Amino acid sequence: MIIALIDIALLTFMGATAIAILRLRSLFAVVMLSGIYSLLAASMFVTLDAVDVAFTEAAVGAGISTVLMIAVLALTGERERTPSHTPLVPLIVVGLTGAALIYATFDMPAFGDANAPANLHVAPRYLNDSFGEVGLPNVVTSVLASYRGYDTLGEVTVIFTAAVAVMLLLGGRKGDDAGIKNEPEADAEANEGADADSDPKSGGGGTA
Amino acid sequence: MRHHRVLRVISKLLIPFIMLFALYVQFHGDFGPGGGFQAGVIMASAFILYGLIFGLENARKVAPPGVITMLVAAGVLIYAGTGYAGLLKGGNFLDYNVLAATPVGGQHLGILIIEFGVGTTVAAAMITIFFLFAGRER
Repeated sequence: MIIALIDIALLTFMGATAIAILRLRSLFAVVMLSGIYSLLAASMFVTLDAVDVAFTEAAVGAGISTVLMIAVLALTGERERTPSHTPLVPLIVVGLTGAALIYATFDMPAFGDANAPANLHVAPRYLNDSFGEVGLPNVVTSVLASYRGYDTLGEVTVIFTAAVAVMLLLGGRKGDDAGIKNEPEADAEANEGADADSDPKSGGGGTA
Repeated sequence: MRHHRVLRVISKLLIPFIMLFALYVQFHGDFGPGGGFQAGVIMASAFILYGLIFGLENARKVAPPGVITMLVAAGVLIYAGTGYAGLLKGGNFLDYNVLAATPVGGQHLGILIIEFGVGTTVAAAMITIFFLFAGRER
């Protein structure tokens, strides 16, 4: 009963945050609100007993990505341009996709159903035998690090690849870690930036 | 941020505890929620907080970008190296059972090492991405 009330409260807050994000034009406020949204999602994962996922969501969604977004805001404008196109087509696309996803959930087993396919395949073996085979009280760690160690190696490689990609895109030559002393490129980007950013900058200046 | 005395004092107080908590999450992940991924992000957030409050130049002195870049690769190497250690000891790739005298002991050792690799790569990758984003000028 209490859990249901907490769930309703969290969902209401998430909905309110999402609507506020939609309506705001100040990107700084949008970044802050998306951090709050992540924190609410993390609380939601806690009520679903997925504390490991909640931990990740709180650390990455509410923490790191907010900081990175603010770092990006320092490079671009802080106000969103008023969209020139009508929101009708995106609204229809999002509405149809959302309706299809909700329709798909009707086929899903009830939350926590013991006869759900996910609970019948390998889950019983992990829950029953993992303590004898791996010896860890936290079954999540046993599955992630041992039974599914291959997948986790892939995930770490994904993070490695992401860091390499950001280094290639934003980093400069060797020994030039800030990536700002690359004169010809920096000049070209500055010119491009001036062309592309002239509108939001002037708009932001006008309103501020 | 150089003039915000409250922020500077509070973050100086907080950063050691953030790092300690990251180490706790890293090495207590076998018993409670957490693990290398979460620990890496928390460890990186300590460095990012330092960079936000005390400036990027000081943060680069604490965590030299060259070293951090190497750590990004080192974590993956630690993880994959544990897999190959299993191969060399006569098991399958990423088979921890053969790493120690008993299978359960081997599992403990293997999970501890690969979680350390995960934490290293995640922390270093997050710090690298933050340095690169924050280091760009308009």
